[in-house]
Amino acid sequence: MLATILEELPRFLTYYNLLFLAQAALATLALSAFGCIVGVIVGFVLAFVRLTPSRLWLPLRWFAFLYTEIFRRVPFLVTLMLCFFAFQATGYDVPLAVVGAVTVALIASAFIGEIIRGGLVSVHRNQWDAAATMNFTLPQTIRHVVLPQAWKIILPPAFGFFVMFIKDTALASQIGVIELTYAGKVLNNKGFSAALSFGSILLIYFAISYPLARFGKHLENRLAASRHHRT
Amino acid sequence: MNYVFQYGQIWPFLPRLFDGALVSLQIAILAFCGGLLIGTACAAVKTFGPKLAAWLIDIYVTFFTNTPQLVQIYFLYFALPDMGILLTSFAAVLIGMTLNAGAYLTEIQRAGFESRRVSEMEAAEVLGFSRLQQIRYVILPHVARVLFPPLSNQFIIMTLGTSMAAVFGVEELTGQAMNINSQTFRSIEVFTVAAGLYIVLTLVASVALSLIGRFAFRARTGLI
Amino acid sequence: MLHLDITGLEARYGAMKVLDGIDLKVGRGDVIGLIGPSGSGKSTVLRSVIGLLPPSAGTVLLDGTPIDYRNAASVRTVRDRIAIVFQQYNLFQNMSVLDNVTVTPVKIRKRNRDEATAEARVLLEKVGLGDKLGRYPDELSGGQQQRVAIARALALKPEILLLDEVTAALDPELVSEVLDTIRVLAGEGMTMIIVSHEMAFIREVATRVCFMADGRMIESGSATDIFDNPGEQRTKDFISKILRH
Repeated sequence: MLATILEELPRFLTYYNLLFLAQAALATLALSAFGCIVGVIVGFVLAFVRLTPSRLWLPLRWFAFLYTEIFRRVPFLVTLMLCFFAFQATGYDVPLAVVGAVTVALIASAFIGEIIRGGLVSVHRNQWDAAATMNFTLPQTIRHVVLPQAWKIILPPAFGFFVMFIKDTALASQIGVIELTYAGKVLNNKGFSAALSFGSILLIYFAISYPLARFGKHLENRLAASRHHRT
Repeated sequence: MNYVFQYGQIWPFLPRLFDGALVSLQIAILAFCGGLLIGTACAAVKTFGPKLAAWLIDIYVTFFTNTPQLVQIYFLYFALPDMGILLTSFAAVLIGMTLNAGAYLTEIQRAGFESRRVSEMEAAEVLGFSRLQQIRYVILPHVARVLFPPLSNQFIIMTLGTSMAAVFGVEELTGQAMNINSQTFRSIEVFTVAAGLYIVLTLVASVALSLIGRFAFRARTGLI
Repeated sequence: MLHLDITGLEARYGAMKVLDGIDLKVGRGDVIGLIGPSGSGKSTVLRSVIGLLPPSAGTVLLDGTPIDYRNAASVRTVRDRIAIVFQQYNLFQNMSVLDNVTVTPVKIRKRNRDEATAEARVLLEKVGLGDKLGRYPDELSGGQQQRVAIARALALKPEILLLDEVTAALDPELVSEVLDTIRVLAGEGMTMIIVSHEMAFIREVATRVCFMADGRMIESGSATDIFDNPGEQRTKDFISKILRH
């Protein structure tokens, strides 16, 4: 086995292949990052809607609740399939990357929305009460009082989700999005042994995920410590 | 958009989807149990065992938690045959998920071990409890309560994770949905039904686990 | 016309009725002392008036105008004219002392920042914290935080000030500095409703004392009436217990 790999290595480590792998790795990162950035924006809107007390917003509140519950309880692959066929049904020729991007955005929004909501409501009741009695509107309360105190509670799990999500994007390969896992399949199909192809993909995922995970841990420790000084 | 929804066409295939859901559950349970054994053993070694073994376990855990489960299974299914080990798709998925679960569960179990209250154990020892009695009456109740929420959560995650078995042809829920799709071409319908089944499956599992946790362990998972 | 006219006020937490028909008439410049055992609903009266716990029945008239607690605009007018100081001070942890006092005038009421800051400085001087403008709540003692909370409430230029057990969470040696501040306000003619266990202080400063128990107003009168000649048996029991030490 090892002999085979050593024999293939020079053919494997060509400039073209390495470039291909680098681009695929970038695509993987971009997919997760895009999903999470949209996820923060949409997630924040979802969290905000779920916190609005007004009667008029009840249908929207229900929608936000259902959205968050649904997209956290459906596997990535199934959501991916739904997006793929939904786009297909529109008749337009949508690039696969877009299908992938929409999928990650939908899923990340649900998860990050829940993280944000959890962070906001964890701010002590008396902060909300004090703002209310001084006629702060909900957006004013969140902007001036709650968010400045909540972001330190939100950031570590949100970043953790981002790092975890990088691994989830592997499933985008199933519709042909050219990310890291897909690159592994391509190389395997080109004739390289599965061990080398998928082995190197595993290593690249590791190289991306591990430093980010360590950084996330460091971030968590820093923020937890500073929370005890001043919020 | 010219799509006409025809959910009626999915109706006759419902039993197959239910069968698929059952397979998903089976895989999740098997992989969870296997992973729990691995996790508990590894956590025990890390907490009580020699430094070298702990270090090796660290490598295992770090590797499996920083790489995607899908690619891990790809490796098992496609790379092992070259080394003489032929696995069926079901076996590859199960082993892959078990090893993956084992890594995550090692961390969870380790937290569990560390939550044991040494002072209570010492008190029990002084009162004449045997080691086994200490474990049964002093450590286990508290540790079980601490572990229950993260373990339940991990199980729900794994139930959703079984979906990638479809990639390898395993006929669990997503796999069945894909089959039905290729037969009826009612793609959106069949996948929304599959999505619905996953939601129901995880909701039922969450509620059931919450109730068990509440009554058996007095552990609150935050759902009920 | 009465400044604040409360009739038949009822409120519930879920199924439990915590206020069972409270009548309270507050004239301009009155200082009402609300006393009673724990759980009698004293704080709930204040929280209801300010709209944190909307009443389930009864009427509240502010200068003759009825307040509809289910109407957001109506509640907003209440909060424009009535300010509350909480037992737990509820200062905004992420803001400095000065910012805590200026945030509502500047960000919510859109007043000129320099004006508001100048006024805030005066208020903080008045409560004795003129040198702590840049400090954060977690750097201050409980008594200091409570005084900031009072300054913050005063910055709203309220007509009526509600004080909810403002010394209850303080160490004994910090209580007098807060009471001094309230004494000054009473002297200046601020309409106040004070919920407190500090009987000596209530006796000194209140123009009227009301005794509550089990969500009901048992007795009300001048300080001498309630403390020296309580009429109702419940009042007598309570007064005798607290005067025993």
